[in-house]
Amino acid sequence: MGDTKKNWPLWEIFVRSKNGLEHRHFGSLHAADAEMALENARDVYTRRNEGVSIWVVESKNVTASNPQDNGEMFEPAQDKVYRHPTFYDLPDDVKHM
Amino acid sequence: MKKDLYNYILGIADNSLILAQRLGELCGHGPTLETDIALTNISLDLLGQTRSYYQYAAKLAGEDKTEDDIAFLRIERDYKNVLLVEQPNTHFGHVMARQFLFDVYHLMLMEQLQNSKDETLVAIAKKGIKEVSYHKRFSSDWVKRLGDGTEESKEKMQEAINAMWRFTDELFDVMEADKAMIEEGIAVDVSKMKETYYEKISEILEEATLEVPERKYFTRGGKKGVHTEHMGYLLADLQYMQRTYPNMTW
Repeated sequence: MGDTKKNWPLWEIFVRSKNGLEHRHFGSLHAADAEMALENARDVYTRRNEGVSIWVVESKNVTASNPQDNGEMFEPAQDKVYRHPTFYDLPDDVKHM
Repeated sequence: MKKDLYNYILGIADNSLILAQRLGELCGHGPTLETDIALTNISLDLLGQTRSYYQYAAKLAGEDKTEDDIAFLRIERDYKNVLLVEQPNTHFGHVMARQFLFDVYHLMLMEQLQNSKDETLVAIAKKGIKEVSYHKRFSSDWVKRLGDGTEESKEKMQEAINAMWRFTDELFDVMEADKAMIEEGIAVDVSKMKETYYEKISEILEEATLEVPERKYFTRGGKKGVHTEHMGYLLADLQYMQRTYPNMTW
């Protein structure tokens, strides 16, 4: 990824927008270390009152699936509708399903 | 009394306006996208505070005066900001040195202003204090990073601190109008903050492995309206629209 002396590493930013909700991926940015990543994320992603909590993870620590493997990774799930719990009648008392 | 209060408010507010203008100049020119947004955020925080002060001052002045009149239509000699905040954005080190030396003072001022007998000033201080706490955290972090960074960053940061240092003492000058306001329990006696200020600054500079400059003579004048050569250019930028198209609004 080029000259590491000149480029700050990339960080993935997760923001919790409200208490009770989960942290969601908001985007990524550059920072020299975790502390700077937090401050940058605060300024870049929460200046319009979008968040109450921030997580930062250096991008290199994220292991991602390979798009070339999409066939074997994801396609087998496409025709297995019976894995969705849609064939049952939900009792009225069960909400938020 | 009203005149004194008016002048006292401008003495605080002009610092925020002029520093906001300086930081605003960097919009789109910050060293990285992230820092660019951070600096503009700080600029907008300061501008927001300025508006609260000017709206209050305009009310005191009466005669249909507005915040825009105060912000845009004064001559250079009528701006009461300290010389520190009008210094140019020579390089990022200068921007951070100027910010750091001001933020530490600004936070102390806001903390004290919360005890003022003037309710409006208390309200502005209470709202501003969280913003200013973050400004101070941001600028102190950068001073430490650059001071304790590479050989080149250390050298540049030290040079910037040295360049700004001669403007620090003015922050603690008490003007004639301020004295009456201090007696009334409205104004903060900034002269009493001086010692603590230099202690706080020294602590962070030491952490940044930078040297605390030694200096006996300081440059002052802004509080009396006697500014450095940079001020005229800054005001030309700031006032251009209102001077060219009087009473224009967005």
